Amino acid sequence: MTFDLVEPRPRLFSKALGGSSLPVLTLVLAIVVIWYLAAIWLNAPFIRSTNPGLSLPDLVRATWSAERPVVPAPHQVLVELWKTVVETKVTSKRSLLYHSWVTLSSSLLGFLLGSLLGIVLAVSILHVRSLEKSLLPWIIASQTIPILAIAPIIIVALGSMGFVGLVPKSIISAYLCFFPVAIGMVKGLNSPDPMQLDLMRTYNATRAQTFWKLRWPSAVPFLFASLKVAIAISLVGAIVGELPTGAQAGLGARLLAGSYYGQTVQIWAALFAAAALAAAMVATIAAAERLALRRMGVKP
Amino acid sequence: MSRTSALDPPVAVEPARGAVLWPAAAAGVGLLSLIALRYVHHHAGSLTPGFWIAVVLLWLAAWKIVGELASLEPASRAGRRLLDLLVPLCFGAFLLFLWEVLTVGLRIPMVLLPSPSAIWARIAASAHILRADFIQTFIRAVLPGWALGCASGFFIAVLADRVPFLARGLIPIGNFVSALPIIGIAPIMVMWFGFDWHSKAAVVVVMTFFPMLVNTIAGLSQASHLERDLMRSYGASYGQTLMKLRLWAALPFIFNALKINSTLALIGAIVAEFFGTPIVGMGFRISTEVGRMSLDMVWAEIAVAALAGSTFYGLLALLERAATFWHPSYRETPNN
Repeated sequence: MTFDLVEPRPRLFSKALGGSSLPVLTLVLAIVVIWYLAAIWLNAPFIRSTNPGLSLPDLVRATWSAERPVVPAPHQVLVELWKTVVETKVTSKRSLLYHSWVTLSSSLLGFLLGSLLGIVLAVSILHVRSLEKSLLPWIIASQTIPILAIAPIIIVALGSMGFVGLVPKSIISAYLCFFPVAIGMVKGLNSPDPMQLDLMRTYNATRAQTFWKLRWPSAVPFLFASLKVAIAISLVGAIVGELPTGAQAGLGARLLAGSYYGQTVQIWAALFAAAALAAAMVATIAAAERLALRRMGVKP
Repeated sequence: MSRTSALDPPVAVEPARGAVLWPAAAAGVGLLSLIALRYVHHHAGSLTPGFWIAVVLLWLAAWKIVGELASLEPASRAGRRLLDLLVPLCFGAFLLFLWEVLTVGLRIPMVLLPSPSAIWARIAASAHILRADFIQTFIRAVLPGWALGCASGFFIAVLADRVPFLARGLIPIGNFVSALPIIGIAPIMVMWFGFDWHSKAAVVVVMTFFPMLVNTIAGLSQASHLERDLMRSYGASYGQTLMKLRLWAALPFIFNALKINSTLALIGAIVAEFFGTPIVGMGFRISTEVGRMSLDMVWAEIAVAALAGSTFYGLLALLERAATFWHPSYRETPNN
């Protein structure tokens, strides 16, 4: 039992992250077990009220296979996922892949726009001194505003100008994305220490040279850290952006439709798809980060 | 973010002249802006190109003044604080001015963007509705959900700290869940807890739980080995070390989570109301008024939300300053 030896020294854990698969598996297993139990406990009342004379094994079986359960059992969600992802044609409106693609495309476009905006803002804050004092506080304050609440307004305002579909959703995503990128890049571009900047000056480097040879490379780690945050929230933006348009397509629309018609299993399946999408996107950025940092010569 | 360099030539500063000149110029531009505002409201239909040229000139002047104000370096600490407050305020006030002049002067339709004055009029006219919505969403859903989510995240983190096996499992899971669009559970919570504020509070609890968990676990590892060895040499028990050293060292991380969660909680509660509510609440009002195209009400609601959100955040930041005054990021360094 190795963990008995570990005094409260959590620093060890981060080192032992490679060895965390056993605890993670244990926890996931525990969650699944709790989930099944919760399905029995929460579904039993309404099943008992419709057919009172069930024996215990029958009751348990019924709670795990109800059509519109309060809590669907994990296997029901998996079956629904299988049905809507694999067994349905991609072009069909019932295919979860189709809806995932709708959400993914707008969140990726938004992510692209937002990240570019964030980088441009950071670079201009770096080079125009007064912006740092005047604009930066407002960028920070803008985050204490529940930006997602503006989503319906953006959809309606852009809709009245003739933009529908992909673009308004991406703008919401972009609006959420730009903040972490801007803040991270301001920090990153300012991260070279004065000694290094002085060295550039002794070389008589121009501003552009200092930027491309010193500031930008030292900002790259910050950039990737921010991009990981940004891509995760761009998905949130896209999903929320789908809500006010009245559930036409996309994962958000699936959630809304599921909640209107009480299709619990559908909601859970859409949630799982969203989770998988988020995980895949963050993993892609993380892979790009490893690649970029290795090419820049960072030793792991 | 100091950009001073040893190679910078010493700059001759003339504090007295700039410190009087630029604030005076700012006041002048402010006065001119007020006059322009009155003018635009009276002559909204018949604005001449000359007016717009004047507005552009005002803009350039304001730009220059904010730049000059930002580069002032008052000698006293109070002066610096005041300036740090004044510059963004001037900038924001001028943005508001431009917004008002453009929306009124160009007669931008209400659906696209209402003017600040129209939003203010709406706030004043329907204060009682805004108040009811605020109570429903902020007092009933956000605050309890935030408190409960933060508290449970904190306690689970302390528990995980005591049981390292749990921590090793929870950290990757917590990091993973933090990246997920948790807001999606809103329809499920509405189904479980009903339409009223309980379901919104539940969404907020789930949204705030994981940031607190991850941050507290990270914070509890902040106390250095030296400090911990000292506690051991005193023969301090686990509980004593936790209460007297490690929780204090974790405070910056905990406050960070509290602040992140304050915005998350408001977003969570408002968006959760898009999925079904009784006929009161900020999210409900936003989604129905958008449907009725009365955008001034929506903006009024957002102004209230922004005010509530930034006040909440600001209070937490003040509390943080009071509680973690010892932390290096708050200590004034003499050379800076």
